[in-house]
Amino acid sequence: MSLQLRLPASRAFDYLLLVLASLALWAGLAWIAGPDALSGPGETLARAADYLGSAAFWKHARATGTAFGWACLLSLAGGAAIGVLIGMSRLAAEVGEPILGTLYSIPKITLYPIILLVFGLSLSAKVAFGVLHGIFPVALLTIGAIRNTKQVYLKTARVMRLTPVQTASTVLLPAILPELVTGLRIGFSSALLGTLIAELFASEEGLGFMLIRAMEAHKVVDIMALAFLLFAAAAAIGGLLLAIEGRVHRAS
Amino acid sequence: MNARPRLVETDHSATAHVAFRSVSHTYPARAGHPPVHALGPLDFNLNRGEFLSVVGPSGCGKTTLLEVLAGLVKPEGGTIEIDGRAMTGDVPDGVGVVFQEDASFPWLTVADNVAFGLRRAGLPAKEIAGRVDYALDFMGLNQFRTAYPSQLSGGMRQRVCIARTLVTRPSLILLDEPFGALDQQTRLLMGEELLKLWRETGATVMLITHSLDEAAMLADRVAVMSARPGRFIDIIETRWPRERDSSLASQPEFGVLTSRLWSLLREESRKAMESSGARSSGATAR
Amino acid sequence: MSRVRLIQTLLIGGSVALLEILCRAGVIDHFTMIPPSDMLLSLIRIARTESWFWPDVLYTLRNLAVAIVIAVAGGFLIGLGVHAVPRLRRCLDPLFSSYYSVPTFVLYPLLIVIFGIGPASLIVMGALFGVVAMIVATLTALDRIPRALIKTARIMRLDALRGVLMVRLPAAAPHLFTGLKLAVAYCVIGVIAGEFILATAGIGRRLSFSYNNFDNQTMYGVLLLILVFAATLNALLNIWEKRLHQRWYR
Repeated sequence: MSLQLRLPASRAFDYLLLVLASLALWAGLAWIAGPDALSGPGETLARAADYLGSAAFWKHARATGTAFGWACLLSLAGGAAIGVLIGMSRLAAEVGEPILGTLYSIPKITLYPIILLVFGLSLSAKVAFGVLHGIFPVALLTIGAIRNTKQVYLKTARVMRLTPVQTASTVLLPAILPELVTGLRIGFSSALLGTLIAELFASEEGLGFMLIRAMEAHKVVDIMALAFLLFAAAAAIGGLLLAIEGRVHRAS
Repeated sequence: MNARPRLVETDHSATAHVAFRSVSHTYPARAGHPPVHALGPLDFNLNRGEFLSVVGPSGCGKTTLLEVLAGLVKPEGGTIEIDGRAMTGDVPDGVGVVFQEDASFPWLTVADNVAFGLRRAGLPAKEIAGRVDYALDFMGLNQFRTAYPSQLSGGMRQRVCIARTLVTRPSLILLDEPFGALDQQTRLLMGEELLKLWRETGATVMLITHSLDEAAMLADRVAVMSARPGRFIDIIETRWPRERDSSLASQPEFGVLTSRLWSLLREESRKAMESSGARSSGATAR
Repeated sequence: MSRVRLIQTLLIGGSVALLEILCRAGVIDHFTMIPPSDMLLSLIRIARTESWFWPDVLYTLRNLAVAIVIAVAGGFLIGLGVHAVPRLRRCLDPLFSSYYSVPTFVLYPLLIVIFGIGPASLIVMGALFGVVAMIVATLTALDRIPRALIKTARIMRLDALRGVLMVRLPAAAPHLFTGLKLAVAYCVIGVIAGEFILATAGIGRRLSFSYNNFDNQTMYGVLLLILVFAATLNALLNIWEKRLHQRWYR
């Protein structure tokens, strides 16, 4: 029977143990910290379930989702385009990579005032901030993938007299696909982070806004429930992308 | 020349330096893989002061043989006696190993790499300096003593590893395809260095190699291993003089010897190739 | 290499000059952005005249230093521990690899509730942000110690402690350093972002304070300071990392 399970029984048991241990830790911490600081698992999960049934929650979730969707799309398209353009030339890569790396490493939250001054308190400000977070890692991973493509692949393409378009579509793209999927995952998470921070700092709707409002009102259970929902959603999508990534990496 | 100190004083009176008594090893099953019977049972003696080459198809357990003798892997069955004493499962006294992969420490200079083992042994600084100087000189590394391994070629780095092994004056030197990553010309020259080293130290040498030429040129005896589980099909005496070098290769006996080795190995190599399937990239037992 | 440096300098210098021209010409209005030269002058002015400047800078640096120490030391020790128990590691691996896809900042409000508005919240925020990068780097570093070096240590009969100190740690150093670099970058982001969202002091809080008070001169001066600090730190760590990798790997 256990042969039919994709997950070995022992591993499933390990995960179960991990989840139980986390819940126990959570409950223990909540007990020590007291209800003013940390709400317990039961209470929090019940509030999270309430949220999932309420229209107001979904209105905010939709606002976040819209901003995040655009941010994600623009980060991936823009990052991949920049990455390919810079990655194709050795000189451009040597010049551009450290600059992009530095831009990636600076605390971008400090740039949010500029974004607000340029875009005002709007959807585009959130999108721009999400893109600011997401675009650099995607570009960097794309450059890395292209630079690390084995030269012998490209030589083979030349020997087979492929046109540049054929080379790009039949050799280069499949060769960098695993890294592109990694870029997709990192870009996704960075763009989500950017969008949420934008909402935390200044916005009129969205899950980040709900969160900051709950914090100002000192509603611990609300904060915990929202944080839990965000964690769960991000981890679920992140895990899915990770699984796809694992499959692509293994295939290549 | 006459002032050159001998690196080791070896007693040539007893003949069996190492005795393998029905030694066998099986790697236990891992997730999704059945257990692998890698070696043996193996019975043979390694004579004191001899140079033994071991050849065999890839994945036949050559490396397992070496690691068992080096005390890195405890064999499942049988015993190994060194100087008449059974091995305890630890690294035995007087053993030096040169691995196939580059094992020089990248954070140490060439001289510090070579001195590493001696410093561990707590020898006086003067003694260490003398031995290191000698070894660097012997391996032609003197001008690189303050260089770091990353500044050297692969061949030079392997020399560093050989020098690091020989300064400890091992009486039993084990080499696991030490020249595997080098080009043919460099291999020949390194082989000659190795012969010189062997003659000077009088140590017992076991060389694992996949090159039939190398095995035939360097060794007193060549042991031919079967496909997995590795056993000795034959042990061939070369009858070369102790003073020898790569010019042996032009002698007719050399051709006879290598073609005999190949005729022994051909069928085994085919078996190994077929059983390892598509993944033939040096599929060892682990 | 020098040609690359030259082009980089021209590129960055050109961008700054372009920004300067656009601001001076009024294409970018003064309420949105002040010219880069004014940012520098403003920074010099606040550093010399404002009484809050040094206390705020030191507050941030101190919190940052503590967060980095906790993240790096903690991440290294946790990494060692997890590496030693393969079964635990197999369990935790998905957790580690999806950690940065979870917006850790949503915990900051919670940290304030637990630790109050003060250094503790900021330090925990920074450390939480940086620690997983260090854990993952430690695991990678331990995985990638060449087997030949470990075998060599055994052949030389180093005891467990010496084997770790004299062979495994030095062999793992480049990857550990990469972890340190990432942890530092994440700690900087965590601490400054925390200050920016909600804090009583610190350079990040000064930035949001001056923004909320429409004090563009101060805001851009502080912004310049943070950007230059983060970029310089990153560049230095990159150079060091590159040297280490060049020596270790060929």
